[in-house]
Amino acid sequence: MKLLEVKNLKKRYKNKEVLKDISFDMDKTETLVVIGPSGTGKSTMLKCINRLVEPDGGQILLNGQDVIKARRIEKIRQRIGMVFQEFNLFNHLTVLDNVRIGPLKVKKLQKSVATELAMENLRKVGLASEAKSYPAQLSGGQKQRVGIARALAMEPDLIMFDEPTSALDPELIGEVLEVMRKLALDGMTMLIVTHEMGFVREIADRIIFMENGEIVESGTPEKIFNAPEKERTHQFLNQFTKFWREK
Amino acid sequence: MTHFIEVFFQALPLLMDGLKFTMELAIISIIFGLGIGMLIAILRVYGGKFSYTLSTAYVELIRGTPLLVQLFILYFSLPQIGIHLSPLVASIISFSLNSGAYQAEYIRGAIQSVERGQMKAAFSIGMTKWQSIRLVIMPQALRKVIPSWTNEFVYLIKYTSLAYLVGVPELTAQGEFVASRNFEFMNVFSGVALIYLSVILVITWLFSNLEKKVKIPGV
Ligand SMILES: Nc1ncnc2c1ncn2[C@@H]1O[C@H](COP(=O)(O)OP(=O)(O)O)[C@@H](O)[C@H]1O
Ligand SMILES: [Mg+2]
Repeated sequence: MKLLEVKNLKKRYKNKEVLKDISFDMDKTETLVVIGPSGTGKSTMLKCINRLVEPDGGQILLNGQDVIKARRIEKIRQRIGMVFQEFNLFNHLTVLDNVRIGPLKVKKLQKSVATELAMENLRKVGLASEAKSYPAQLSGGQKQRVGIARALAMEPDLIMFDEPTSALDPELIGEVLEVMRKLALDGMTMLIVTHEMGFVREIADRIIFMENGEIVESGTPEKIFNAPEKERTHQFLNQFTKFWREK
Repeated sequence: MTHFIEVFFQALPLLMDGLKFTMELAIISIIFGLGIGMLIAILRVYGGKFSYTLSTAYVELIRGTPLLVQLFILYFSLPQIGIHLSPLVASIISFSLNSGAYQAEYIRGAIQSVERGQMKAAFSIGMTKWQSIRLVIMPQALRKVIPSWTNEFVYLIKYTSLAYLVGVPELTAQGEFVASRNFEFMNVFSGVALIYLSVILVITWLFSNLEKKVKIPGV
């Protein structure tokens, strides 16, 4: 069975069709990267998967379980981690509490168990020493690593990343990508939206190129980067290589 | 000046009896008002259409009518349907209902000033709406509301003098009682003013300390 199946997903805002007919699936431990111009519906697609946004049509199955028909969506959200571009750490909580609140209040684990789980995940992202700090006292890169630890602490089946490094100063991007690289090696199933093409080429098992609410093409990094079938894919990726050359 | 001091200290025991009522009215009403205010604010922001309409109507009704009229309605009309309230209880209910409406507006503003991403993040780890409100939104909103809340408390302390008009022997009533016997209106009410002022200064100071104490580090 597929870990995630998305079939004919549709979403419209007012008279704008943001997601036209999105279908794809993911295997366990797979790293699937979604690329595409901004305004294309990538964020909307991720938010439909955990129903932060209600889809208008289609089907989403997580381990075979229907996400759209689920009566208690919060039960399903516990199994789908989400890492946001703008971090969205809980401002009033320490780093430890940010990571512990899920296991403690949502999963209702014992405090000592939840604390151990939180510390273990903070160690994974290299921030155990900041457990007592507050979000506002951290750098952007540290905030995002706490965001990842918060998602990990729920021990989800899948983590979705929505442009996790887009809000970061260039010198802080590396530390976040490093953590994600480690997760991929650990076998975490990841659905990533990013513009970090070097990282994509290295980490992706499969790539989806999306434009105007549609999947233009998908395939392995070799295929997408070296021999894309569609002209649009080629054009889109060309912007990045040009950009690199100029740098 | 020495005359004022003399009159003041003579009046002080009776004024202190009044202050007890004043503080009782103000403290109980601000706390009930906070409960009402949180409930109404949450209904207005997160409730469905029905609870939104109902809570908005409540806030507009209270804000659109004088507190004294609300107090009189409660005190004089309820007995006609068989509900007899003591002056103190009627005053507390009416001040709580009134303060609740104003606090609801402050809290609503504070809730709406919490970044939208906070709720999204709370949902994303599987919190229910109620858990998100309770564990993520309200702790941040209530911190932001402390300055307005201090103002509300200060207003409330002064407005409790209206309870005098339904016969609660609070500070202003006691001042009137003392002055009507010794005819030292100027001196007695200066003393009364001094007591209000001191109480309010102390409370303002306490709340600004509270605000510092619960401030989120680094923000
Ligand atoms: N809440 C919303 N209301 C109306 N339009 C929206 C909303 N959210 C996103 N959109 C529109 O949907 C389109 C896709 O947005 P988004 O999913 O954020 O794209 P991407 O993440 O690929 O940049 C954009 O045109 C955006 O303006
Ligand atoms: Mg986006």
